[in-house]
Amino acid sequence: MDQTLSTQKKPEIPWRLIGLVVLAAIAWIATYSVIQPLANWIAYGLLAQRQGSRLGDSLAFFFYDVPKIILLLGGMIFLISLLRTFFSAEQTRSWLGGKREGVGNVLAAMLGIVTPFCSCSAVPLFIGFVESGIPLGVTFSFLIAAPTINEVAVVLLFGLFGWKVAGLYIASGLIISILAGVVIGRLKMERYVEDFVWQMQSQDAGVIEKLTLQERIERSWESVKEIVGKVWLYVLAGIAVGAGIHGYVPDAALAGIMGRQEWWSVPAAVLVGVPLYSNAAGVIPIVSALMEKGASLGTVLAFMMSVVGLSLPETIILRRVLKPQLIAVFIGVIAAAIIITGYLFNWIM
Amino acid sequence: MLNVKILGSGCANCIRLERNVRALAEKHNLQLEIEKVTDYAEIMKWPILSTPGLVINNRLVSAGKIPSDPQLLEWLSQV
Repeated sequence: MDQTLSTQKKPEIPWRLIGLVVLAAIAWIATYSVIQPLANWIAYGLLAQRQGSRLGDSLAFFFYDVPKIILLLGGMIFLISLLRTFFSAEQTRSWLGGKREGVGNVLAAMLGIVTPFCSCSAVPLFIGFVESGIPLGVTFSFLIAAPTINEVAVVLLFGLFGWKVAGLYIASGLIISILAGVVIGRLKMERYVEDFVWQMQSQDAGVIEKLTLQERIERSWESVKEIVGKVWLYVLAGIAVGAGIHGYVPDAALAGIMGRQEWWSVPAAVLVGVPLYSNAAGVIPIVSALMEKGASLGTVLAFMMSVVGLSLPETIILRRVLKPQLIAVFIGVIAAAIIITGYLFNWIM
Repeated sequence: MLNVKILGSGCANCIRLERNVRALAEKHNLQLEIEKVTDYAEIMKWPILSTPGLVINNRLVSAGKIPSDPQLLEWLSQV
């Protein structure tokens, strides 16, 4: 069998496309700067609501957040996708090959953020990594980081909470993936990987593709269309609920149940969040409104991590290569790591 | 006749790739033998880390993405 990926490229500088990208960036900035006045005008002018009234404030919140988040998603997903075209699963595997545990876990978690990954590819990726001799714990650090540190979640956190919370989210995702990977590695769970995985003959990595700038830009645009097309409805619904909470729920109403004083609030948030598999796009606007009403950051982060990170579909897919015992450890270790991170943030903030 | 294998266990992109290939075959009157490979043990005989994989006449031409229609057509219309 001739197993090569075809690579024939002509290196040309796509000036027309670069021009289009620059024009789009200018249009983006111009639109972004008129959102606030426009939202106020729609809510208080066009719809004639009084400033400071519940309905008026909810509407202004909605008409400001929706275009802002959609624009941020479009712009930032484009940049993130562009960055990701420089990484691939094949490349990541060759970087991780021969790395010891510890260093390997840290590197794997970081590569998990930038390597393009779809949970439907979790199985071939798992087999390919383990086959090439990458330790089980290091493989798990990658498999946990990749879906947990979700680009849509990062953009929404940045847009609704600011860069500090977005940064904390990335940092806690990294910590959770590294910790969980190290623990799984130490537990020596190799015998709980389905036997057929070990029986497969090892394969060399396929050729790593070289892309032209034009292809990178085209691909990034494709993923903007795909991701925004998939999540805009959730964003809309989430912001609508968030706007309702913003206008109608009294301030500090949630400080009692979701505040930091209650020790059980973090585990409770994880317990509720794990089975509630949902899309980050719908959850984060609601969570942002909850925080405004007194919920504490650690509790909120723990809730979000468990909703986004511990995804049911990925777990079901991984069941094909992992025995139930290892699946249980996988879920248990991540849940524990999320709870620890939640406490950590409630304690330091 | 070209033998086309689509490697993937039923993810959204795998289904889309198969649809694109079938649509091109119909539009350009290509005689293809299209197979879907969904068994992981079978898929992993090819050196791929992400699905969907596209194999034409026992040669892996792409993995982890949906190639553009012109690119697909170029591969599929080779003699």
